[in-house]
Amino acid sequence: MTAFLKLLFRNQLAALGAVVLGIIIVAVLLTPVLPLQDPNVTATADRFLKPLAEGHLLGTDHLGRDMLSRLLHGTLLSLGVGVAAALLAALIGSAIGIVAGYVGGRTDNFVMRGVDMLMAFPYILLALAIVAALGPGLMNALIAVAAVNIPFFARNIRGVTVSLAGREFIDAARLSGMSHTRIVLTELLPNVLPVIIIAMSTTIGWMILETAGLSFLGLGSQPPQADLGSMLGEARSALITYPHVSVIPGVMIFLIVMSVNLLGDGLRDALDPRLRSGALSRPRATTLVDRQGEVPEATDDLLAIQELQTQFHVGPRIYRAVGGVSLAVKPGECLGLIGESGSGKSVTALSVMGLVSSPPGVITGGAVRFQGKDLIGARYEALRRMRGDRVAYIFQDPLSTLHPLYRVGDQLAEAIRSHHKVGKDEARKRAVQLFNDVRIPNAQNRIDNYPHEMSGGMRQRVGIAMALANDPDVIIADEPTTALDVTVQAQILSLLNDLRRDRGLAIVFITHDFGVVAQLCDRIAVMYAGRIVEEGPTNAVLERPAHPYTKRLIACVPELGGGRRELAAIRGLPPVVDDLPPGCAFAPRCDKAQPDCKKGEIPLDGAGTRAVRCLYPEADLTRDEEATA
Amino acid sequence: MGGYIVKRLISAIPVLFGITVIVFLIMSLIPGDPATAILGSYATPENVAKLNRDLGLDRSLAERYFIWLFNMVQGDFGRSYSLNRPVIDEVLERFNATLILAGTSFVICSVLGILAGVVSAARQYGWADKAITFTVLIGISVPSFFLGMMMILLFAVNLRWLPVSGMYAIYGGGDLWDLLRHLVMPALALSAVATGVIARLARSAMLEVLRQDYIRTARAKGVPERRVIMGHALRAAMVSIIPVLGIQAGFVLSGSVYIEIVFQWPGAGRMLVEAILTRDLLLVQGGVVFIAACYVFFNILVDVAQSLLDPRIKT
Ligand code: SF4
Repeated sequence: MTAFLKLLFRNQLAALGAVVLGIIIVAVLLTPVLPLQDPNVTATADRFLKPLAEGHLLGTDHLGRDMLSRLLHGTLLSLGVGVAAALLAALIGSAIGIVAGYVGGRTDNFVMRGVDMLMAFPYILLALAIVAALGPGLMNALIAVAAVNIPFFARNIRGVTVSLAGREFIDAARLSGMSHTRIVLTELLPNVLPVIIIAMSTTIGWMILETAGLSFLGLGSQPPQADLGSMLGEARSALITYPHVSVIPGVMIFLIVMSVNLLGDGLRDALDPRLRSGALSRPRATTLVDRQGEVPEATDDLLAIQELQTQFHVGPRIYRAVGGVSLAVKPGECLGLIGESGSGKSVTALSVMGLVSSPPGVITGGAVRFQGKDLIGARYEALRRMRGDRVAYIFQDPLSTLHPLYRVGDQLAEAIRSHHKVGKDEARKRAVQLFNDVRIPNAQNRIDNYPHEMSGGMRQRVGIAMALANDPDVIIADEPTTALDVTVQAQILSLLNDLRRDRGLAIVFITHDFGVVAQLCDRIAVMYAGRIVEEGPTNAVLERPAHPYTKRLIACVPELGGGRRELAAIRGLPPVVDDLPPGCAFAPRCDKAQPDCKKGEIPLDGAGTRAVRCLYPEADLTRDEEATA
Repeated sequence: MGGYIVKRLISAIPVLFGITVIVFLIMSLIPGDPATAILGSYATPENVAKLNRDLGLDRSLAERYFIWLFNMVQGDFGRSYSLNRPVIDEVLERFNATLILAGTSFVICSVLGILAGVVSAARQYGWADKAITFTVLIGISVPSFFLGMMMILLFAVNLRWLPVSGMYAIYGGGDLWDLLRHLVMPALALSAVATGVIARLARSAMLEVLRQDYIRTARAKGVPERRVIMGHALRAAMVSIIPVLGIQAGFVLSGSVYIEIVFQWPGAGRMLVEAILTRDLLLVQGGVVFIAACYVFFNILVDVAQSLLDPRIKT
């Protein structure tokens, strides 16, 4: 509870709302003991006194009645009626909801149909009809406002009850012979109560406003009794000549409703776990860059990732997702990047074009060079021109990475038109051509499909076609075949392989599957806990892995090309990268670990084309080098 | 698409039926003898008997309902006692004025609300976001009738920019320009709360959508950020915004009651309040059924718009 309150009041606006509402409530509660004048005593001589007049702090109204006293009494009445209406609506609505949800079947159906009908009315209209039937009066206005809010409670509470009624503890209670009434009161109600309270907190402001509104129309409280609404209604005729009589009750209604709303919002936010983690932050157009340290020198590679460091800043914690990774590809070359999920391979890939979500992502060091030009910290427009044009991505799971509401052909055409001035027809023609290139049958028609109308394999081809749209120099493919079955996977791999040969495309292929890598890649790099632990030509690494981690990964794949396979067979879990121990990150899971593995930095050491980050490698790389020489 | 519209129209029939039942039941809640309630305690026994016959009160509840329903289907909503003219004529005339007011407000709150929400989300935690969030907070907390009164004080009385009230100037005017001048303040006052509600929802819907994978895809393709926000993200966010537009239309339609009173707008809301105060129950009954039915049809339009936007909805 205290933790909850702390959370609630960390929200400054909610705290403000609580303070304002608190002051109003205290003032109202003190009304009977304060030395105030009678709110209903008229004094025609003192009509329309301005605020701060002698003896009348807030002036007087059209009958010479003291405004301060009327205001406080009116506030008491408005608050009381609003709260009463909320309680009434919550009580009846929740009762209906619980019964309908618990009993289920026909009763539920019938009741919920009725609720739907009631909700088909525009809100205030129904209240007007009820007041019309019952006649004007504060009590009737209260009943009307409560009545129109009953469906809201009934529907919400029924939903919660239905989900609870199917749970084991209810079944257990039933089997133990408890009566239905007892089950509802002792088992269901306590679990439903928080939902009722939240629903009340979100509607009580409305109910105060609506009862005030009915009084304003002359349908609620009748003279001489006055709530805030009828004070405002009576003052309206003198609005132009004596505005203060209108402004005072109006501002009071505003303050009450605003503070109730603020408090209600705070309550909801405090109970909504998604907001707690700050996950509802919108990612910016490019990843934040806060680069420290030296920028490495340019190389003559097509694409070079140099000493890249990318971190996630979540509250006070820093996750080092990528801790100084260097990779490079040349034209026509395919590099495989391998690791378990969480190893930082995807983050490395997304960092290249500044696509890591930020917040929370921040690139804190290193460089990414395309034809020697550094892209880290490049202007947005410069980066945008390269995205999809020079460096294109293929993502995993095309169902979530393709826009669900655009036709696939339009998405493809858009990729072209973002970089080239071509007409709609021309773009469409090119889209059909691309569909043919990736061997989508019946391309002419398929182009007008929405993503949900295609199979997973076809969608993935759309993703590949989109990456090829502008004839890029580099394609970064992030597990593009993981979600597919083996045959489709093989087709797509051979497609990529052809494209690489025909177009001289460089590919960075990210995967956790050695089988896939063996089919496609010239070289591979193995990542663990945000760093490269082994690197070399595909065949050499597969035949004689040097790092214990690589060796174990390969052992997990009984037969190369066997398709999708998780790396779950390695004992233990990859480390969380916010608090890495010194030395080798793999040490806790390594059979060969020695005491000195856990001391100090271990360099990525190697000979010739191979390198490994291990003190006791499984294979002697220098010998390997001599053998090939 | 045509099939879908027909399907939705058919599904509206039970709802319309339910609406008439609910209104009828509410109206039969009247305590005591309705004829006396309408005519007041000075009514002669003959008059009471005649009214009872007119209202069909000498029959059973179910019988009365079906007679009322049957007449209504034929366009006969009964006769207004206070105005001495057919209810339907009065309702149609007054609803026309309400439609102008509420329709304008609905356009304002939709456009302004969505725009504010989008800007707010795209500039999350920036000054624009803070300014919008603050304005929205005030907008959804201020009672529309009070806002209307304050607008009159400022723009009509102090600045003399706009007329105080009414729909047309009494002398001269009567043209579109005159109508627009009279419409500005009531339409804005009426749309304030709805604008705030829509802006809030649009903001959170946009934030939700902007985190989706397909937004990253759009960016990876090199789509300019303006198009990412106003195209890809907004389009997806509209799927959750449109149903709320439907709900807010109901608030604007019925909330016009207050605004019509404040600005002396000759609409159906004011008609209802006057009818309630004069106990003209047939006018209330007819007006409520008519407005509610219009709202049901409006919601069908909303559903159709939703199905046009989202191809995943089975039509
Ligand atoms: S450095 Fe030590 S702990 Fe790390 S992989 Fe090599 S042998 Fe194992």
